[in-house]
Amino acid sequence: MLTNHTKIMHFFSIVGEVTGRKKLQKMIYILQACGVPFEEKYNFHFYGPYSEELSLRIEELCNLGFIEEEKEEKSNYFQYHYQITEQGTQFLKQFQTDMPDFSSQAHLLLNKSSRFLELVATMLFFKDLPKEEVEKKVHHVKPKQNYSPDEFKEAWELIHTLKQ
Amino acid sequence: MAYKDEKLHEVKVFKDPVHRYVHVRDRVIWDLIGTPEFQRLRRIKQLGTTYLTFHGAEHSRFNHSLGVYEIVRRIINNFKDREHWNEKNRLLCLCAALLHDLGHGPFSHSFEKVFKLDHEYYTQQIILGDTESNRILEKVYPGFAQEVADVINKTHSNKLVVSLISSQIDADRMDYLQRDSYFTGVSYGHFDMERILRVMRPIEDQVVIKSTGMHAVEDYIMSRYQMYWQVYFHPVTRSAEVILTKIFDRVKFLYESGYHFKLKPTHFISFFNKEENLQDYLNLDEAVVHYYFQMWQHEEDKILSDLCERFINRRLFKYVEFDPNKMMNSWVTLTQLFKDMNIDPEYYLVVDSSSDLPYDFYRPGEEGERLPIHLLMPNGELRELSRESEVVEAISGKKRTDHKLYYPLDRLEQAKKKDKKTVQQIMRILHGQGDV
Repeated sequence: MLTNHTKIMHFFSIVGEVTGRKKLQKMIYILQACGVPFEEKYNFHFYGPYSEELSLRIEELCNLGFIEEEKEEKSNYFQYHYQITEQGTQFLKQFQTDMPDFSSQAHLLLNKSSRFLELVATMLFFKDLPKEEVEKKVHHVKPKQNYSPDEFKEAWELIHTLKQ
Repeated sequence: MAYKDEKLHEVKVFKDPVHRYVHVRDRVIWDLIGTPEFQRLRRIKQLGTTYLTFHGAEHSRFNHSLGVYEIVRRIINNFKDREHWNEKNRLLCLCAALLHDLGHGPFSHSFEKVFKLDHEYYTQQIILGDTESNRILEKVYPGFAQEVADVINKTHSNKLVVSLISSQIDADRMDYLQRDSYFTGVSYGHFDMERILRVMRPIEDQVVIKSTGMHAVEDYIMSRYQMYWQVYFHPVTRSAEVILTKIFDRVKFLYESGYHFKLKPTHFISFFNKEENLQDYLNLDEAVVHYYFQMWQHEEDKILSDLCERFINRRLFKYVEFDPNKMMNSWVTLTQLFKDMNIDPEYYLVVDSSSDLPYDFYRPGEEGERLPIHLLMPNGELRELSRESEVVEAISGKKRTDHKLYYPLDRLEQAKKKDKKTVQQIMRILHGQGDV
């Protein structure tokens, strides 16, 4: 029952709290692109790969009381914090789903900024292009982000580590 | 004259129930409409199984694609001579609008779910592959097909062009809300599109709404909200989708188990083996799928024949509201009781969640998440819609999810004759208490 929801709860049980919807979106996308079997469908949006299905699924989990969402008001926007609840943990115990161990990759991503994760996710979105084309394409679709060569280098290293 | 600038001798018009007329003057657009790939959209319904709930909803992706093209054509006419708008992008926008749904397959939502496909991938493949559409686009100038594909994929560098085709207030949504409302016959889904088109303003990297037009946009958001709950999330349509998904699941399972079909699933085999090509995909339409369903009613496999018969004759599953939190403990008992009654819960006891459906709501979002609707204030500042509109703020904060549990009530009623006690126990779990 609710296999895809359970996979997301499993993710929260591993990482604990996630701050920022953008960060959450990009983390799931990157893990999915690296072979973790999350089923959410992603499209490219203004800020890179985004899944409406994931947004709705998170909302469902919050409404069910399995995930807790805390809303924090910032100057010109809201920021959201997410973590699994006691009931969520109980549900997860009962309906555990088969997932590979991805905890080291997830923790690696958790420590990165959402700007950086946006870069990594965008690079992975263009994974079918040759390496030099990928960087060109990222500059093309995100000219305002001004990603530096060092950031690209770090992103390639991270992708390499995640895929090992 | 260059092909890209060629005009028809006179404007061709398609009579359209939503926009009254769809006007075509560009040779390129006219030629694209005539391609087999675009004509195929006539055989794909816009709303999939919704016609089983709202009998008028027989309109196709073809109607909708022309509608989106027409809205973009009108927006561009209004943008002429405005700062930030480059008329050179006109044909690019029109082609992207027309072709944005080209990769949709038959009953695409269920089909994609079972076979793990993506219609957006196929839109790209059709535009960039060995097709008539590709040849027409490449005649505009080499590389034009890639540009159209990038706009549809939202990876084009010109964000203003992308936001016309795809944003939270785009031509796609404005067409399908009105069109779906018209064909389903519901009274929601109406809003003042002419007013919205008049208050749309191009800025550097997006389309924004002049603040005086806020109330027209509120109306659009309200229509969208109501259409989701009244039409797109309709429980009966969801029941048909559940059965459809289970038919595909069953056929796949039978094929993989070496079952001997009376009618071999020829059109689906490459999908089962994950070796489908573009032509296999284009060969499928709803008439083909219906033919198989019609024939599979007579298969030896009881589950497949039953599910097909249900779909063809609209003998759908019933449903109860479902709270996975409260049902956590009784779920195992319920599935076991179904097995005891010889009803396979894998196919006949299905939880369907709102996140399983493909439609989206308006989201103000947080910074960097997804581009919201921006109002252009008199001082030139941009303000996110829900910060200014109490109506939109109220809707954005509402609980918008649900889960339903689908099951074949008729089967339980039959089974009750043999084992009343077990069926009563099932019904008590499903409804809290009660009987059939």
